[in-house]
Amino acid sequence: MSASQPLPTLEITALEKRFGETQVLRSIDLKVANGELVFVIGPSGSGKSTMLRCCNRLEEPTSGAIHVNGKPMLGITRRDLDRMRLQVGMVFQGFFLYPHLSVLKNVTLAQRKALKRPAAEADARALEMLDKVGLKHKANAMPGELSGGQQQRVAIARALALDPKVMLFDEPTSALDPELVGSVLKVMRDLREGGMTMIVVSHEMQFAREAADRVVFMDGGVIVEQGIPDEIFGNPKSERLRAFLSRVSGEAA
Amino acid sequence: MDFGNVFLNPEIIATYMPQMVRAVWVTIWISVLVVISGLALGAFLAGLRAYQKRWLAWPIVLFADLMRALPPLVLMLILFFGLPSLGVILSDWFVLYLVLTLVLAAFVEEIFWATLTSLPRGQWEAGAATGLSFNQVLVNVIFPQAVRTNIPQLVNRSLTISKMTAYGSVIGVKEIVSVAGSAQAFSGSATPLTMAAIAYLIIFFPAMLLSRYVENRFHYDH
Amino acid sequence: MDTIINAFFNIDIMRQAAPLLLKGAWVTLQLCAVVIILGISGGLALGLLASSKNAAVRLPAFVFIDVFRAIPPLILLILIYAGLPFIGIRVPPFVAVCIAFLLNNSAYFAEIFRSGIKSVARGQTEAARATGLSPAQTQAYVILPQAVRNVLPDLLSNVVEIVKLTSIASVVSLTELLYSANMARAVTYNSSPLVMAALMYLVVLWPLVRVISRFQRGLSISS
Repeated sequence: MSASQPLPTLEITALEKRFGETQVLRSIDLKVANGELVFVIGPSGSGKSTMLRCCNRLEEPTSGAIHVNGKPMLGITRRDLDRMRLQVGMVFQGFFLYPHLSVLKNVTLAQRKALKRPAAEADARALEMLDKVGLKHKANAMPGELSGGQQQRVAIARALALDPKVMLFDEPTSALDPELVGSVLKVMRDLREGGMTMIVVSHEMQFAREAADRVVFMDGGVIVEQGIPDEIFGNPKSERLRAFLSRVSGEAA
Repeated sequence: MDFGNVFLNPEIIATYMPQMVRAVWVTIWISVLVVISGLALGAFLAGLRAYQKRWLAWPIVLFADLMRALPPLVLMLILFFGLPSLGVILSDWFVLYLVLTLVLAAFVEEIFWATLTSLPRGQWEAGAATGLSFNQVLVNVIFPQAVRTNIPQLVNRSLTISKMTAYGSVIGVKEIVSVAGSAQAFSGSATPLTMAAIAYLIIFFPAMLLSRYVENRFHYDH
Repeated sequence: MDTIINAFFNIDIMRQAAPLLLKGAWVTLQLCAVVIILGISGGLALGLLASSKNAAVRLPAFVFIDVFRAIPPLILLILIYAGLPFIGIRVPPFVAVCIAFLLNNSAYFAEIFRSGIKSVARGQTEAARATGLSPAQTQAYVILPQAVRNVLPDLLSNVVEIVKLTSIASVVSLTELLYSANMARAVTYNSSPLVMAALMYLVVLWPLVRVISRFQRGLSISS
């Protein structure tokens, strides 16, 4: 790597993950540049969620390396890991808001406890982020009173409030009713336009075409093919990707 | 035969009222101490068990099983009569307090543990992903939810064990039953026993109503 | 170490005390059988009354339940055993224990049955009545079986509580397990008989406590 090349925001090197006998990820290499949106597609069981969860070590990699802004995620102390996780925001398929805390408190908790921000600053930041996802007026609501789409937007605000360097989206719209998907995708599009570095695992192919800088196709625990959306969707090279795309478009039709 | 005079003799009530009031206070403050320390210890043990370390979990499970399977009265007698032969002499009220605290802690630990293991994994992961440490997730995310879902159970168990302060009479704690018992022997009247029953009603009947309220309030909340 | 073994696990003393303790255990066993059956029957009746739609039936049942849950069974027992002779009624310890336990345990069992009945969906009653079952048949064949299944862990844990509670019968000199053990302790000046009694309780109750824990975990996962 030459010195003039900018440091990738997220770098995955030779990542392996085994669950007992099953090899879920084999030798994954992926670099995500600052401000880039990388979209990951692939059949279920292809290892795409596992790869994402390895990036903030919710899943422990078997071997390999992960760097965020040049700093290692692996082989560091528990406390350093907690600090590194602040730089990696994550949005889950199941939202996982804290049901006992108000929307505002959901967004301020980690700011207060992990970032040690003063209460006033955390509140201000939370309201700013809630405004960004269009839910400032729900700040005092409880998660149970919100629709799925609203909950997911709060979850995005919760991650954003910590000023992460990169955001991971693990099938963020898969648990939503179709009519609520749009509001979440809109927030993601806004984020992208704001220059956020993002990795998105999702089945929203239309969104991938419009918003992704690069699409990565995974199957059987390896990256089979990657490229700009037009190439991946318009001119797939591998047989496996072609089969996958025809299956997906068949389902959509 | 005058039923009222046997069970509610005004003179005897007047004579023993001051003693009985003092005994009520003893019962109340031991109960309060037991509930506070039992809840705290039980929550703490469940928290320790959450670390999933075998050498921590085993002793906790063993403790919780023994305390739930043994009659508290047996435990009290063993401590009260057995420890002095090892040169450890505990005062009667402390034995009562200790045993009831341990028993309550055992039940509370089990109640919390059942919830801790049943909360969606995503709650742990969401906390970890936002940079919260294990302890911070436990304290700020997991425990508040565990408390909320278990308030009726915690209240009921605390009340049941508070009433076991009556066992103190067996080892000489000057609480309601023991004062009533000696008053009955002295006066040759059943009235002090009735006074004791009424004293418990005054303390615990409102508590029962409270627990019903709590149960209705929190039952469908999760 | 030797002092501990000598004070709590003295085999010689345990061997001496064994016949007495076994006799006590037999009394405890009989007592358990009687009071559990009484408690469940009383509790079921009371629980049905407390589930009644008619407030004139329901309210007295509630008052009974709360009064006898508020009074510790020990004072109830002493009141019956030591109080009744003052009005000329003398009851043997075993009967006194049975009466006190009937009052106390019925209240606790009633509360469990009531919450079980409440947990059965309303539609069940309507469906059963719509198929021509009488109110009593609806309760017996449709509601109660579901109610009991829903509160099985609570019923089991109440049974454990009752078995432990029988130890208070020692206070009125009923020669059950704890009374016998405590007598042996007083005679031998050694606590080993109490430890032996504890072990006997454990043999029966530990497996039950394990089962309850299993139940609780399974239940909270499914809910």
